[in-house]
Amino acid sequence: MRKVKVGRKILIANEEYALRNKSLLARRKMPCLNVISSPGSGKTTILTRTIEAIKDRVRIGVIEGDIQTDIDAQRIRTTGAPAIQINTDGACHLSAAQVSDALQKLPLDKLDLIFIENVGNLICPSAFDLGETAKVAVLSVPEGDDKPAKYPLIFATAAAVLINKIDLLAAGDFNIEKAKADILKLNKKTKIFPMSAKTGEGMSQWCDWLEALTNRQSR
Amino acid sequence: MHEVMVAQSVLAAISAEAKKQNARPVAAKISCGVFSAVSSDALRFAFEAISKGTACEGLKLAIEQKPIQAKCKKCDDTFAFDLHKPNCPRCRGDDFELLPDEPLILEEIEFEDK
Repeated sequence: MRKVKVGRKILIANEEYALRNKSLLARRKMPCLNVISSPGSGKTTILTRTIEAIKDRVRIGVIEGDIQTDIDAQRIRTTGAPAIQINTDGACHLSAAQVSDALQKLPLDKLDLIFIENVGNLICPSAFDLGETAKVAVLSVPEGDDKPAKYPLIFATAAAVLINKIDLLAAGDFNIEKAKADILKLNKKTKIFPMSAKTGEGMSQWCDWLEALTNRQSR
Repeated sequence: MHEVMVAQSVLAAISAEAKKQNARPVAAKISCGVFSAVSSDALRFAFEAISKGTACEGLKLAIEQKPIQAKCKKCDDTFAFDLHKPNCPRCRGDDFELLPDEPLILEEIEFEDK
């Protein structure tokens, strides 16, 4: 037997596309947020409400990832914002190559901010870089306050965490202080926004944060 | 869940090295950070399935999962981060920064003697 030391990084094709996306976004000084959560946490509702709330200040484009259908892209388009739907046909996460394609189709000259709504899944999307400028995690009240502890990866790497559906806090035993403490244990720098996209509570702080993000990177 | 895709990249990397060495690989060691969310069992299973009929068929794949490292802001110590004990083991401080996750690395390959 003959052992050979290699010590070389295995380049998953995904990384090359991620770097390409990253440099395109950097060239355009375009913030691009990769939104990750379980299915049903309210990602699309948050996006439609956010777009409506800051339409006049921030022009938003959306890349929608779903296993099937273009239901979500249609929902986004009702706000007037451009949306590109990607169907992963069973794959558990969006790939950087798919996002690269979608970026070509968006009218980037007319946008200030891009959202990528990843496939509803709290695990796999966290491990695949799409070249985004930051990740945003969404946790909704009905999912339970133990999710940050049980699925630490996304919460440890997200620039912001939205705790959605706080209008349901009274109906269950979600301990928002425990959830916040667990998130901050993993990630001191993250911004936590408790909100209800349905009632609008807490949305303005999140929208201000987004606007500041576009101003920081503004052309 | 996405281990087949990772296994394809691992197979391609080992095959390329085997071609260079012009020998049959029988074992290989790879390492990856725990934040890659790669399950060792699922990756071995996927690799076994997709390497059938290739020069890597039957290859023993060892996978080392590397913990995420954190750097304490108080005492500057670097330590393996444990979610259940999220304090610096040296000064007990709780202000730290998580360091970037380790990438997937092909560490070494064992080849059959010619």
